[in-house]
Amino acid sequence: MRATVLMGLLLLLGAWPAAAQQPSRPVDDLQAYEIASELRCVVCQNLSVADSPSEMANQMRAIVRERLAAGETPAQVRQYFVERYGDWILLAPPRRGFTLLVWLAPLVAVLVGLAVVALLVRRWTGRRRATPPPVDAAMSERIRRELEREP
Amino acid sequence: MRRRRWRWLLPLTAVPVLALLAYGFRLNPRDIRSPLVGRPAAPFALTSFEGAPMQLGALRGKVVVLNFWASWCYPACYEEAPVLERGWRAYRDRDVVVLGVDIQDKDEAGRKFIRDFSLTFPNAPDPSGKVSVDYGVYGVPETFFIDRAGAIRVKHVSAVTDQVFRDTVEALLAEPAPRR
Repeated sequence: MRATVLMGLLLLLGAWPAAAQQPSRPVDDLQAYEIASELRCVVCQNLSVADSPSEMANQMRAIVRERLAAGETPAQVRQYFVERYGDWILLAPPRRGFTLLVWLAPLVAVLVGLAVVALLVRRWTGRRRATPPPVDAAMSERIRRELEREP
Repeated sequence: MRRRRWRWLLPLTAVPVLALLAYGFRLNPRDIRSPLVGRPAAPFALTSFEGAPMQLGALRGKVVVLNFWASWCYPACYEEAPVLERGWRAYRDRDVVVLGVDIQDKDEAGRKFIRDFSLTFPNAPDPSGKVSVDYGVYGVPETFFIDRAGAIRVKHVSAVTDQVFRDTVEALLAEPAPRR
């Protein structure tokens, strides 16, 4: 019994340095795919790391998996790439600083467009509803007489 | 009168859009600044084509010219290979080291490239691509000039010329050596 425990302890100690060097966790494929799909393939035109068949993207996918397996969170994995490539590596620009414009500009454009449409509609309907100019009483009386004279 | 009041609205909304476009057209889309410039160079340990260890950590105190290349990168890598070899030979006695990292390449093609240009400075393949991603490499060739304190000072995209090599290395050599 004592020999078995001793052997188990020795095996555990023997395996410890390797385990300490490469802590490995099971990687969620969907999570790895989601991170890769947010990263820009650096050698492609508008393709994500997840979608590109290039070798560089393949290597980046492997790095994503490796870092997740080492226990990093998705945010930490993303940050690893941002620290090396800048925000450019993210397909969706961050909602802060200058790139906030990219998110706000379409909203502002829609609001301005709606305002212009509202103004035009108001102008057109206002024109139709405009009260007719007052009719001259003498002219009105003359028309009435003319109509009565009609057979 | 009412119509006149709103007449300026449309041109006015176009002004910021036009300003943004003008700003965008003035930028060079290839000029993507590396966030790594000014920061410590990532340590790496590769094995050269000759089987010798190639570690950045062992070169602290020297100016390091770290070049990423590939045998399929024509003509830029073919243009700069002789430049790097000349620079290495001219400065190797002045504490300057040139290192080549062959990325996204076939082993035999990389070896042939080294033979064809008679490169004598250390070159190593980066089969996993980790070193190239650690340095935020977009493509080849890209060259990083690392100062004696181990910080990336210049990132050069496209082929290095004799003048770029000389000017950058001389500027880094002129700086005082870091305290050990």
